[in-house]
Amino acid sequence: MRLIDEIQQEIISDFNLFSDWTQKYEYLIDLGKELKVLDAKHKTEENLIKGCQSNVWLIAKKEKNSIVFTADSDAIMTKGIIALLIKILSNQTPKDITNCDLFFIKKIGLSEHLSATRANGLLSMIKQMKLYAYGLENK
Amino acid sequence: MIDVSAVRNLFPILNQKINNHDLIYLDNGATTQKPNSVTRSIEDYYKKVNSNVHRGAHYLSNLSTEKYEQTREKIKNFIGAKKTCEIILTKGTTDSINLIANTFDSNINEGDEVIISEMEHHSNIVPWQICCDKNKAVLKVVPILNSGEIDFDKFQSLLSKKTKLVSISHVSNVLGTINPIKKIIDLAHKFKAKVFIDGAQAASHIKLDVQKLNVDFYCFSAHKLYGPTGVGVLYGKESILNELEPYQGGGEMIKSVDFNKTTYADLPHKFEAGTPNIAGVVSFSKSIDFLESVGLDNIKSHQEKLLQYATKKLLEIKDVIIYGPKHQKAAIISFNIKNVHPYDVGVLLDKMGIAIRTGHHCAQPLMKKYNIPGTIRLSFAVYNTTKEIDLCIDAIKKSKKMLT
Repeated sequence: MRLIDEIQQEIISDFNLFSDWTQKYEYLIDLGKELKVLDAKHKTEENLIKGCQSNVWLIAKKEKNSIVFTADSDAIMTKGIIALLIKILSNQTPKDITNCDLFFIKKIGLSEHLSATRANGLLSMIKQMKLYAYGLENK
Repeated sequence: MIDVSAVRNLFPILNQKINNHDLIYLDNGATTQKPNSVTRSIEDYYKKVNSNVHRGAHYLSNLSTEKYEQTREKIKNFIGAKKTCEIILTKGTTDSINLIANTFDSNINEGDEVIISEMEHHSNIVPWQICCDKNKAVLKVVPILNSGEIDFDKFQSLLSKKTKLVSISHVSNVLGTINPIKKIIDLAHKFKAKVFIDGAQAASHIKLDVQKLNVDFYCFSAHKLYGPTGVGVLYGKESILNELEPYQGGGEMIKSVDFNKTTYADLPHKFEAGTPNIAGVVSFSKSIDFLESVGLDNIKSHQEKLLQYATKKLLEIKDVIIYGPKHQKAAIISFNIKNVHPYDVGVLLDKMGIAIRTGHHCAQPLMKKYNIPGTIRLSFAVYNTTKEIDLCIDAIKKSKKMLT
């Protein structure tokens, strides 16, 4: 598995190709559409991260030494960002996940989606991903 | 007729780029922008007048008090109250509702009922829930029809001698519905119930006459009337307010304090503990001047024109669903696009410099009724133009194309 920072750099290079915001957001929307829809049975209260506007469902399981994340959201834009987060953090070791710095968000100009006012559940989702990694580390 | 470009010149905030686009501000239901006269008045107050009210014997304190009380007088005339002592200055609509929910509760006993409606903002739900829980009373909810109007037959059947208070919004912040408050007030009074009207979304465009309405309590926020944040109005009939115990204790609200017995100040000061938002209150006087110079009727007809124009344009877009009534509606449009989450539209419109609100609008029970996670809401004010609506409609079309 490639390192978290390598994948982040790759995403940043991809986004650098876009000349305007429309292309960037269209790409995010596409990523959101491509992300596998979570089976309804997993959309439980337990897996729900409630945002003020959009909801996120997140599942983490440990496979060998790494954590595999699956997630979904009711808003497509949120889903697009989830797809990026999964690309970066899924299949990584718990230690790498808890210690990582997600610098790509700022670099690709999506920080506004992680501000508290956006209230789309993404900020809580990242926290929850790290918490899962921490919790599953010694299991 | 309004000279919109002249009006717009009074609002410098409108003249800026957001995300490289001219700002189009259509989130007036959340808060309106402030004209120069209001912001200047805040600055002038702090530069030239600042002193505490109703306390010092010195020149500035007297001047501050005078300006503060002049606003109260102006509000009294603005809403047609009988006396200035019936105007309580608060922090805002939410504060006004909480004040009554915490003081009028002396009239609410076990088994009594408070009636609200399904379209209420959380701030006109939660205080009454707390009030009813505390007093073992029952909160009754009038359902709304699919059209977005209050189910009047149901309202009638809920009223009984157990009803102590009815609290309903004048205008729905989500649907724009203008409720028939006169009818509601008259009917509730037949059962000796008092009526509280939440006028947050109404006072900026509907001419009020609280005496003619015969309403017991009416409230609104200055910031939705082109005024400052942190200032609200609570109107209450003198006879009722006099019967209520104070809400908060502190300075300003007392006549005399003794460890054995404290006597309270008369109305309205009894309900105004502590140093108020003096600069805010003083500058609110300028927003009333602004409203009156443009004319509430002119504002209303301008906004109605915008509402009709935007509604027509929106309905031309395939798969747009508008919630709320067709008539008796304020300049608020809540809508969704089939199979599109409102949040996604909000994000894309923001990229195009358009400020709108998406989400549940602090009215989760109403969202539940329509079985939707939220809506996209456009809300218009005196400075908006049909050209802005055209640009917004283009942006909505573009967003829809990107999202579907």
